[in-house]
Amino acid sequence: MEFKYTILILLLPLLSFLLLGLAGMKMRHRLAGSIGTISLGVVALLSYVTAYNYFTLDRTAEGVFPTVQPWNFEWLPFTESLHIDMGIMLDPISVMMLVVISTVSLMVHIYSFGYMKGERGFQRYYAFLSLFTFSMLGLVVATNIFQMYVFWELVGVSSYLLIGFYYTKPEAIAASKKAFIVTRFADLGFLIGILLYGYYMGTFTFTPVETNLMGAGMILPWALGLMFVGGAGKSAMFPLHIWLPDAMEGPTPVSALIHAATMVVAGVYLVARMFPLFIAYAPDTLHIVAYVGAFTAFYAASVACVQSDIKRVLAFSTISQIGFMMVALGVCTSADPHDGGLGYMASMFHLFTHAMFKALLFLGAGCIIHAVHSNEMSAMGGLRKYMPITHITFLIACLAIAGIPPFSGFFSKDEILTACFQFSPAMGWIMTVIAGMTAFYMFRLYYGIFWGTENKQLHAEHTPHESPLTMTFPLMVLAAITIFGGFIPFGEFVSSNGHAYTIHLKASVAVTSVVVAVVAIALATWMYARDRQPVADMLARRFPRLHRAAYKRFYMDEIWMFVTKKIIFRCISAPVAWFDRHVVDQFLNFMAWSTNAAGEELQPIQSGKIQSYVVWFFGGAIVLTILLLLLL
Amino acid sequence: MQQEVTLVAIILIMLLADLVVKESSAKLLQRLACVLMVVQIAVNVVPAEAVAFDGMYNSTRMASIVKTVLSLGTLLVFLQTGAWLRREDTAFKSGEFFVLTLSTLLGMFFMVSAGHFLLFYIGLELASIPMACLVAFDKYRHHSAEAGVKYILNAMFSSGIMLYGISMVYGTCGTLYFGDVMSAMTGTPLQILAMVFFFAGLGFKISLVPFHMWTPDTYQGAPTSVSAYLSVISKGAAAFALMSILVKVFGIMVQDWTLLLGIIIVLTITVGNLFAILQKDLKRFMAYSSISQAGYIMLAVMAGSGQGMASLVYYVIIYIVANLAVFGVISTVEQHSGGKVSRDDYNGFYKTNPRLSFVMTLALFSLAGIPPFAGFFSKFFVFASAFNTGFVTGNTGYWVVVFLALVNTIISLYYYLLIVKAIYITPNDNPIPTFKSGLMERTSLSLCLVGVVLIGLCSWVYQSLVDNAWPF
Repeated sequence: MEFKYTILILLLPLLSFLLLGLAGMKMRHRLAGSIGTISLGVVALLSYVTAYNYFTLDRTAEGVFPTVQPWNFEWLPFTESLHIDMGIMLDPISVMMLVVISTVSLMVHIYSFGYMKGERGFQRYYAFLSLFTFSMLGLVVATNIFQMYVFWELVGVSSYLLIGFYYTKPEAIAASKKAFIVTRFADLGFLIGILLYGYYMGTFTFTPVETNLMGAGMILPWALGLMFVGGAGKSAMFPLHIWLPDAMEGPTPVSALIHAATMVVAGVYLVARMFPLFIAYAPDTLHIVAYVGAFTAFYAASVACVQSDIKRVLAFSTISQIGFMMVALGVCTSADPHDGGLGYMASMFHLFTHAMFKALLFLGAGCIIHAVHSNEMSAMGGLRKYMPITHITFLIACLAIAGIPPFSGFFSKDEILTACFQFSPAMGWIMTVIAGMTAFYMFRLYYGIFWGTENKQLHAEHTPHESPLTMTFPLMVLAAITIFGGFIPFGEFVSSNGHAYTIHLKASVAVTSVVVAVVAIALATWMYARDRQPVADMLARRFPRLHRAAYKRFYMDEIWMFVTKKIIFRCISAPVAWFDRHVVDQFLNFMAWSTNAAGEELQPIQSGKIQSYVVWFFGGAIVLTILLLLLL
Repeated sequence: MQQEVTLVAIILIMLLADLVVKESSAKLLQRLACVLMVVQIAVNVVPAEAVAFDGMYNSTRMASIVKTVLSLGTLLVFLQTGAWLRREDTAFKSGEFFVLTLSTLLGMFFMVSAGHFLLFYIGLELASIPMACLVAFDKYRHHSAEAGVKYILNAMFSSGIMLYGISMVYGTCGTLYFGDVMSAMTGTPLQILAMVFFFAGLGFKISLVPFHMWTPDTYQGAPTSVSAYLSVISKGAAAFALMSILVKVFGIMVQDWTLLLGIIIVLTITVGNLFAILQKDLKRFMAYSSISQAGYIMLAVMAGSGQGMASLVYYVIIYIVANLAVFGVISTVEQHSGGKVSRDDYNGFYKTNPRLSFVMTLALFSLAGIPPFAGFFSKFFVFASAFNTGFVTGNTGYWVVVFLALVNTIISLYYYLLIVKAIYITPNDNPIPTFKSGLMERTSLSLCLVGVVLIGLCSWVYQSLVDNAWPF
């Protein structure tokens, strides 16, 4: 059987995690980092080999790539058909994800050599990175929804560990807890969805029997909708997005890997994984996904326009871009890419390109933060002279996310917009406007960092400098992928029904989106590229409320705090706690006391005298016999 | 028959070796015994059926699995005896320890694969009498001799009752072959009395309330390794024999023994727990803990099904590793600290011996049934089997018993955690000093630890028991 070697893709990061986790503290930093990086290098290589071998397989008679399961073992059987398996499944999207995850992860591993140099807990950091990579890879190759859930939670744990990496910083602790609790809360929906699905479909695999599908009726849309709630939590969809901006407290390379390129798109991947069921049995649920995605994209883009912390801007931009991917999946109306199913391919394509250029942006931001020791834009400005490589690669990524040809983002975003216009013109125009906003805030960020006034005071103490090669090398690699990635004939590999689909640009959409992007960039240039920014200040002064609300992310955190602290804690938790403390605890105390007392009282029976033992023995036997004879 | 033959060969080899080897070399004998046990397990690892002596001996595949499990447990006990047997007042007789222990094991082998009451009884006695010598092995120390006397007197009495029961079986059925008795049984009051007496005899071995009174005194006085052996091996063999005979021979009285078991389970678990809470001496404490664990094993017997049998053996396997881990720690600590076995002695144990503390903690968690350790799964399966039988037969009594047993797990959690608390939390100015235990002890404890952590997670263990469960 081919593809047996894919098990190594999972085992190597796991082994590396175990090795670094158990013995890491005894190693030198360099050795620990090398172990993590080399194992990831091998994983990346294996992923490329897998991708090459997989996409050169012969298509089946129906014209699709075969789904291969090189490994699958039954872990927990419940009934004949319902069992939890653990295994590896290769199909176009999982292979695509393998390539994305291992590439970005490898880049982050290399980058962290420079970024985390000399940090306390360097080995622990690499151990967690390995754990995360293992979990994420396990998630995408899952053969069934339950395996996906197991790894889904593992991903959540490793994200928690990495956000809270600087565990002496109170903000980091708070952020890690917030991320974990919010996503867990959403995962509750996912779990209920899985259980419903398992109960009615009689299986956890992605391909239930036809009769069960038909028989489930309204249950299936509900199950899929609940699964989407879990996906929305992980992918930071409004209103469950609140954890992602705070998650930026983790080390920047972690943000690049987990909170930009891989984990946060798990929700998109989940919807894509269930896409055949969505499209055939729950198209309305799918459209809800689209509306949630569109609103999130708009909301996050508007918040991103006014943030001053560069990682927060990128975080909101991530939320917005994931919104794009969700929209693209949600606007599908059929499984045929030529007739309403284009969004699936577009979403996956955007996931791919976005992972690369967003990781690039984050890693660039990491270089900048490394140089000026601050996340605030006020500490930056005019950095292009000091950091040429970071500057150029960051610009490339900005152009890509803004949708300027020939960078990769242009192609994928264009497909999304085309799919939206096919769904409804209104959706198309809304998404085009949001795409314009994207270009605007990204270039606001770009100019704020690299142009404008230099913070001379800060730079006098400590001149910014370009980062070492370990950090700039990944930037260059990712920049290269960003430049050329758009020319990959992505539709040949991944499409909604598996058939090869040749990507062609629709002139009207392409021209519109490029014009909008150019106008937005020009506007940003006009407003932010100069030393002073009279227009921006004037706007902030003219609309103080709006500006403040956007800066405060439209008070979403405050609303959540109000709901949890004021309503749930006070009206539900407090009475329950009172009941627990005064009634339940007292009852248990009584039980414990009476148990102890009974023990004390019984003690004399155990006298140590054999005579009495024998009496109990014989008396017991006789009494039991009499009881049996009387009772039965 | 192969398992018994190889075991007899091992006993003979040990006897000869004891003659040849110098008195002072207890270590060599221990190694030899361990190697021979490994061979015994390896040779007989494939379960096989066998019939001999015109059906007096009738070994099923399940019995064969049980015998391998018992051998494995004995090996673990042997590995733990090193420090104790090398002590000067035991070194010269260490050969006897192995011969006596293996003789009891042989007796148990016959017990679990008997097809006739006579062979069963001989096996039972072979398992009891050398055991009394073992209990009294440290006769000049502690209360070992007293424990031995209490054991042998109780054993005699219970044998007498059992024989009386068997004689009534013979009187009413005219045969002692299990199969023939089964078909001749009608369920008359006399036969019910016979069944209860027979049950009492085995209840003594398993320490079920009210036949348990000897247990704490004997466990406390006996050498720790012998207590360990008594608590797991002897109990496991008797539980298996009880279940197979109740189903195979007294099958017609299923309602009677189900009720009997129901009463006894609730009594056993509750009384074991109530007494365990108050114990300060760890060996005595483990005696009561083992009484309450026996009650859980009986849940599987009560199920009376193939699933019940699989759960019983599964429970015994896991109970062996968890209990032997605890006893192993107690025994090494006792040998290295000059006889400290009180719970208070363990205060602050974590500071000086973190690894042993870790083993002890996980083993106690497993005994208490905390997931993901093996003990959780074994408890789950015995509960499930009893619950299922209640479901199939529509007898809600099963559910009541399962519920009461569940409530009792909370109490047991409390007292197991008392030890964990002593180890980790209670402060102590001079805890037991750091020491390094021998290689054999460490091997044994590591094996137990691996078992406690992994057996529950490897689903094939239970699955393969289910596949072999019928007939038993």
